[in-house]
Amino acid sequence: MSLVELRHVTKSFQRDTQQIEVFDDLTLDFTEGSFTALMGPSGSGKSTLLNLVAGLDRPTGGSVTVAGATVSAMTPTALAGWRARHIGFVFQSYNLLPVLTAFQNVELPLLLTRLAKRERHERVQVALGVVGLEDRAEHYPRQLSGGQEQRVAIARAIVSDPTLILLDEPTGQLDKRSAEDVLGLLQRLNAEFHKTIIMVTHDAHAAEKAGQVLHLDKGVLAP
Amino acid sequence: MKLLPLVLANLRRHSLRTLLTGLGVALAMFLFASLRSVVTTLNAGSAIASASRMVVTHATAIVFPLPMSYRERLAAVPGVEATTWANWFGGQYGDGRVFFAQYAIDPESYLAMFPEISVPADQRDAFLHERTAALVGKGLMEKLGWRLGQDVTIRGTIYPGDWTFTIRAVYTPTERAIDDRSFIFHYDYLDERTGRTVTPGWYVLRLRDPSLAAKVAQTIDDMFRNSSAPTKTGTEKAFNQSFVTMWGNVQFLMNAIGMAVVFAILMVTANAMMMTARERMGEVAVLKTIGFTDRTLFGLVMAEAGIVTFAGAVLGLGGAKLLYAGTGFNAFGVLPGFDVTPATLALGLAITLLLATASGVVPARRAARLSIVQALRHVE
Repeated sequence: MSLVELRHVTKSFQRDTQQIEVFDDLTLDFTEGSFTALMGPSGSGKSTLLNLVAGLDRPTGGSVTVAGATVSAMTPTALAGWRARHIGFVFQSYNLLPVLTAFQNVELPLLLTRLAKRERHERVQVALGVVGLEDRAEHYPRQLSGGQEQRVAIARAIVSDPTLILLDEPTGQLDKRSAEDVLGLLQRLNAEFHKTIIMVTHDAHAAEKAGQVLHLDKGVLAP
Repeated sequence: MKLLPLVLANLRRHSLRTLLTGLGVALAMFLFASLRSVVTTLNAGSAIASASRMVVTHATAIVFPLPMSYRERLAAVPGVEATTWANWFGGQYGDGRVFFAQYAIDPESYLAMFPEISVPADQRDAFLHERTAALVGKGLMEKLGWRLGQDVTIRGTIYPGDWTFTIRAVYTPTERAIDDRSFIFHYDYLDERTGRTVTPGWYVLRLRDPSLAAKVAQTIDDMFRNSSAPTKTGTEKAFNQSFVTMWGNVQFLMNAIGMAVVFAILMVTANAMMMTARERMGEVAVLKTIGFTDRTLFGLVMAEAGIVTFAGAVLGLGGAKLLYAGTGFNAFGVLPGFDVTPATLALGLAITLLLATASGVVPARRAARLSIVQALRHVE
């Protein structure tokens, strides 16, 4: 069953006087519970695809539907609320807030919910437990290694139990061992918690950990 | 409230910058409160004037005396219920560095005319019955460490010589705006020592009915128009206000300086907020990705601006209030009852609200309207 459906998606950017076509009539599905790696050279549209699915960007034409909701037709306010409930996003450079502890960073998405403080704390503890960082809860990002920061970012992405986890080059800035840890964690999230994951990566080794690998080239899915 | 820790954490990010911005606002509001209090104190002096009292001075200037013979004629004017008079003494005490006002008065009629000058009954009697006695304000007694019964010598400048008085009474004003640092003594003593050459500096009248003021003033000034000492008669309020206008357009000047200071600090605060917001565009994009709405992010930035400016304002306005109340500051006797009024505090807080809004709205709108994709492109 498809969780994510892209139908006849076109996307173009205006850069100065130049019109750049990223996608032209892209149709693509992601199955619920799948773990997909998106590969391709720079400028192939991988991150743009991720942004369209997350509702961070809008297609020029066509539609993007996630779990029955037409993301491409939502208002900005509705999109924000929808993202809070359904999307967990992990960035290449972690993007933790440096002024908050690991615990507070993970708690951020829950601040947008009606959960009571105690319930929020329980969920944060669980999320930090899943990524193996319960003992780093009170550490600030500057006190963590790159791998630990990325695991905190993953905890932040999963704490609200989203429908879909999107990762943009999650191992791009990590050493080999940290990357293995993060990839192992993603496999566990997919296998044990049945999370649907879409991961953009340049790393063939990272892509091997996914259940399926899609190649994009100039906005077109390679066979 | 759930997001308050996030706001506070952001304020701690550059704690020195936050502290300096807050202190800038505090200083601006302290200056604003101080300058505005000069205006309100000057105005309060005229505001407490009795509606039924009038002051008669020489038409040319207050420094020119009026004949004693006017007393009988003023008392006879229809509508005048009581009269008294006083003289400016203008002496120096000690090395002359401590200034306080000295008046020679007609004791009985003067104290009857000004019930706001409260004197204990026994001290009042002692003062009335001794020609060289002095009646001294409580504030002046405390400032100079004087005590009842003490002899005080003042060196005359208008009336040369050393003048020694015995403090027999201490007054406490019932109105804050009345100076509690004045030194008052018997007109008769002045008259006697100067060989009966002194005449009153001004007269004060009490009217039977305040509505007669214009008519009484007209009658008096017409009566002495062609004499050697023509008069200028007006209400006590107008008389007090004439001292305010002697300072020029103080109100405009003080308000202008106060607003200039506030405007300058607005620029500083707005700049600090813009700088802070610009540095965090990437984080704002991350928060939007997590699901923070444009409105929430607008509110977060506005809350930061609000906390810095209101904390500074509370410090500045509260500091001014406590400092002036605690020290009894009166600008060396020029501004008796100097106080930061509740109206000034309220106005200060209203200005702070504008300051917070004006300094926060641009970065807050920028954060709210930020394109996530573009901002992340800079971060990633």
